[in-house]
Amino acid sequence: MNDQQIERYSRHIILKEVGGKGQQKLFDGKVLIIGAGGLGAPVALYLAAAGVGTIGIVDADDVDLSNLQRQVIHFTADIGKPKVESAREKMQAINPDVKVVTYKEWVTAANINSVIADYDFVIDGTDNFAAKFLINDACVLAGKPYSHGGILQFVGQTITILPGQSPCYRCLFPQPPPKDAIPTCSQAGVIGVLPGVIGSIQATEAIKFLLGKGDLLAGRILMYDALGMKFRGVDIKRNPNCPICGEHPAITELKDEVDAMTVCDLKGA
Amino acid sequence: MKITINGKETELAENRARTIDSLLEELDVSQRLYVTVELNGEILDRAAYETSVVNEGDVIEFLYFMGGGAR
Ligand SMILES: [Zn+2]
Repeated sequence: MNDQQIERYSRHIILKEVGGKGQQKLFDGKVLIIGAGGLGAPVALYLAAAGVGTIGIVDADDVDLSNLQRQVIHFTADIGKPKVESAREKMQAINPDVKVVTYKEWVTAANINSVIADYDFVIDGTDNFAAKFLINDACVLAGKPYSHGGILQFVGQTITILPGQSPCYRCLFPQPPPKDAIPTCSQAGVIGVLPGVIGSIQATEAIKFLLGKGDLLAGRILMYDALGMKFRGVDIKRNPNCPICGEHPAITELKDEVDAMTVCDLKGA
Repeated sequence: MKITINGKETELAENRARTIDSLLEELDVSQRLYVTVELNGEILDRAAYETSVVNEGDVIEFLYFMGGGAR
């Protein structure tokens, strides 16, 4: 580290859990953020500021005026610009040390394995269940640790998944809900600061994972209620009947499945 | 009958036996068709909602789908 870097990261380096060695682990770390929206924004900003050496960011969308109430990495002047480009500019403005890799695409069963392969830890900052289940399945099959985040209106939840060790998203929710059964933020609204809280927790998990310090939010789902201003953790066990990490997994390869789902499919699960 | 739901002690109206399915209906739980139910620390298979019986002192968590995030 040069003098400037020692100064930049000085508040990390004085922490006994980080130190120079831990800061080096962050430099060497590679984190992939899927979704450059409400959840991805604080994750990208904080991981860049923290000096995580390589940060991938995946999103096919362009910045829209209605994003700016919560997606704090995008500015008014960015409207119409690809989200991944807008995000990269801010991350590199915060910290030129960081390498930002952009993927202007949606994750699919066809591309997700090659996208996640290079990374140590994955952040799910997506807004739809097709992507959330695909990320879970890809990470579980590849043995890639990741952080799930979800938000709706005034409530949010997050859990860290260590494949093979802790429960996965399908241990909790074996199948995606039918398309349009659960309201999205664009339909039901979301208080703008909510993804800031949940995304910051996801970023904390990525940093702890890279440092190898503390207890990860694995085997416990954390729920946040902004109106009641309450956090609650619920312990979750691995589900022996989980369709992907259970004793007799039915899912052994990736597929894009959710659009065809019906209520009947869900009940049959 | 007293049970704990999502960390809150809850008094159910009558002291009758009820299944998870009927509890979901009685409490008008949101996302009723999709909610995950954890009963005393074990996640129930959806097929077990019809047969699992709620008992005095049970600790129940309802876990909801939440999307959100990118758009
Ligand atoms: Zn599982």
